[in-house]
Amino acid sequence: MIGALALCAAISILVTVGIVIALLVPSLQFFGEVSPVEFFTTTDWAPLFKPASFGVLPLIVGTLNTTLWACVVCLPLGLATAIYLSEYAHPKARAVIKPVLEVLAGIPTVVLGYFALTFLTPLLRTLGWQVEIFNAFSAGIIIGILLLPTVASLSEDAMKAVPSSLREGSFGLGANRFQVSTRVVVPAAISGIAASFVLAISRAIGETTIVLIAAGQLAQTTMRPGSTVETMTAFIAATGAGDVPVGSISYKTIFAVGLTLFVITFVLNIFAIRMVRRFREVYE
Amino acid sequence: MDAQSDSAEHQRPTGIHLDAAAVAHPAVGGSVAPMGRETVFDCQGLGVRYHGTRALRDVDLQIHSHAVTALIGPSGCGKSTFLRCLNRMNDLIPGAAVDGACLYHGENLYGPDIDAIEVRKRIGMVFQKPNPFPKSIYDNVAFGPRVLGMKDSLDDRVEQALRRAALWDEVKDRLKSGALGLSGGQQQRLCIARALAVEPDVILMDEPCSALDPISTAAIEDLMMTLKNDYTVVIVTHNMQQAARVADITAFFSVDQGETGPRTGVLIEVDATDRIFTKPANERTEAYVTGRFG
Repeated sequence: MIGALALCAAISILVTVGIVIALLVPSLQFFGEVSPVEFFTTTDWAPLFKPASFGVLPLIVGTLNTTLWACVVCLPLGLATAIYLSEYAHPKARAVIKPVLEVLAGIPTVVLGYFALTFLTPLLRTLGWQVEIFNAFSAGIIIGILLLPTVASLSEDAMKAVPSSLREGSFGLGANRFQVSTRVVVPAAISGIAASFVLAISRAIGETTIVLIAAGQLAQTTMRPGSTVETMTAFIAATGAGDVPVGSISYKTIFAVGLTLFVITFVLNIFAIRMVRRFREVYE
Repeated sequence: MDAQSDSAEHQRPTGIHLDAAAVAHPAVGGSVAPMGRETVFDCQGLGVRYHGTRALRDVDLQIHSHAVTALIGPSGCGKSTFLRCLNRMNDLIPGAAVDGACLYHGENLYGPDIDAIEVRKRIGMVFQKPNPFPKSIYDNVAFGPRVLGMKDSLDDRVEQALRRAALWDEVKDRLKSGALGLSGGQQQRLCIARALAVEPDVILMDEPCSALDPISTAAIEDLMMTLKNDYTVVIVTHNMQQAARVADITAFFSVDQGETGPRTGVLIEVDATDRIFTKPANERTEAYVTGRFG
C-alpha cells in the first residue's frame, strides 16, 4: 500500500521534472542561436518573418496589460465578495450566491472569450470608447470575472477559519461589523487571502483562450487598455497550432517564451510566499 | 441611546466601600439593594430562547455598582447566557431571541432605539478563553479606542489600561511584540486591559479563569477586587471558591426540567455572598453549595 502511494507521489514529481526538462532543452538550443540580451531587451517581435527578430518585451508587456485589468476586477471584487459571504451574508443569501459563483467558475473559457469579443468590446464602443476590435481591456476584464470565484472562494475559506472568539472579542469592544471584518478578520486571514491573490494573478498571466480570442495577436509594447496586444500565452498557442516545422528556430521560440512564462510565475510565487511570511498575523 | 447624559446622572460614588455584611435586604424578589450603591442593571422577567427553545426564563435580578456580582450554577443553567444578555452579545448568535426587559441605568437595553454597538462600548466583556488579537500588545489595547475614534493621547490611554490590568510592568519593554507570545494569564490580563481601554462602565467576565493556572487565577482575582472600586463587575464562574473569594453578591442559577422535556435555566436565589454560602434561603442553593447537587 505504502509502495503504491509512494509510486503516485514519484509519478507527479517525475512528470514535473520531465516538463521542466522538455521546456529547458529546446530553450537552451534557442538561446544558443539568439542572444538572451536581444531576447530580453529589444522590442521587436517577429520570429516567424524573414529577417526574424526576437524581442520578447512586447509579449511580456501585453501579458502585463491584460493581467492588470484582470486583477483590477478579480482582487477587490473577490475580496469584497469573500467579506460579504463570510461576515455579512444571511445563510439563505449564501446558499444562493455560492452556487452561482461556482457556475461562473465553470463557464468554458472559450465562451468567455467570445463574450468579451462579441459583447463587451461592442458595448464599450457603443458607450463611446473607441477601443480596437481586439483589445487588452475587454480580455482582461473577462479574465477577472473568470477568476473572481477563485479569489472569493479561497479568501472566504481563509476568513471562515479565523476563530469566532476573535470576532466576539472585537464586537465586545464596541466595534461594528465592518470594523470587525476589516481590522480583525482580514488581517488574521491575510496569508490565505494573499495565496488566493497570487493564484489568481498566476492564472491571469497563464490564461490563454480568452486572450487569444479577444486581445488579438499583434505584438505591441503598450499598456494602453484599448490597444490590440499579443500575450505570451496567445503567441504560444497560436504558433504551436500553426505549421511550424519541428526543430526550426520558430519552433524553439515557443519553448523560450514558455520558459519565460514559467520563470515569471515561479518568481511571483516565491515572492508572494516571502510577503505572506512577513505580514501574516498568526492566531493560535 | 442617550448614554452620555445617563452616566453624568449616575455619578459613581467613589470611596464608598461596603462589605457584604452591610447588604441590607436579603433574598426576596431577587433584590439586594445595598446602601450607597446604584442599581446598574435591573432585569425584569428576562429570558432567552435559542431557535424557539427556551434556555433561560423569568430572571428578576438587580446588579449594583462598585461590587463584584458572581453568577454560579451547574452547567446549562443559563448563567453565561444571562451574562451575554447584559451587553447584547446574544445578538450575534443566530436564532437567539431575548424577552423581558433589561434596564441599564433605567433604560431598556432591548428597547427599540438602542444600538447594540453603543451598548458594548459601555459594557465591556472578557471571555472564557483569552482571545487577544494576533497583533502586538500595544495594538490589542489600542484596538478599542481606535475603532471608537478615541485617538487623542493613545499612548497614555494604552499605558493606563495596562496599569489598571496590572500588566504594565511585565510588558512595558515589549509593547510592539506579539500578544500571542504572552502566557495564558498575561493574555487574559491583556484582554482585561483591552476592555478597560475604552473606559467602560461595566466589565462582564465569562469564566475568566477557567483556562488559567492557579497563580494566574490569583492574579486575575486580585484584579477583580481592585476593579470594583471603579467599575461594576459581573463574573460567571463554575468555581464556588472563586465566587466566595471575590464576589460581594452571588446569584445562583439552576436548571428546571420542563414538562415537555427541554431544560431551562432559572434564577434560584441572589444574596450577599456569605449568606449564599452559609445560610441560603432556598434548599436548592444549599444542595448546590454543599456539594450535594452538581
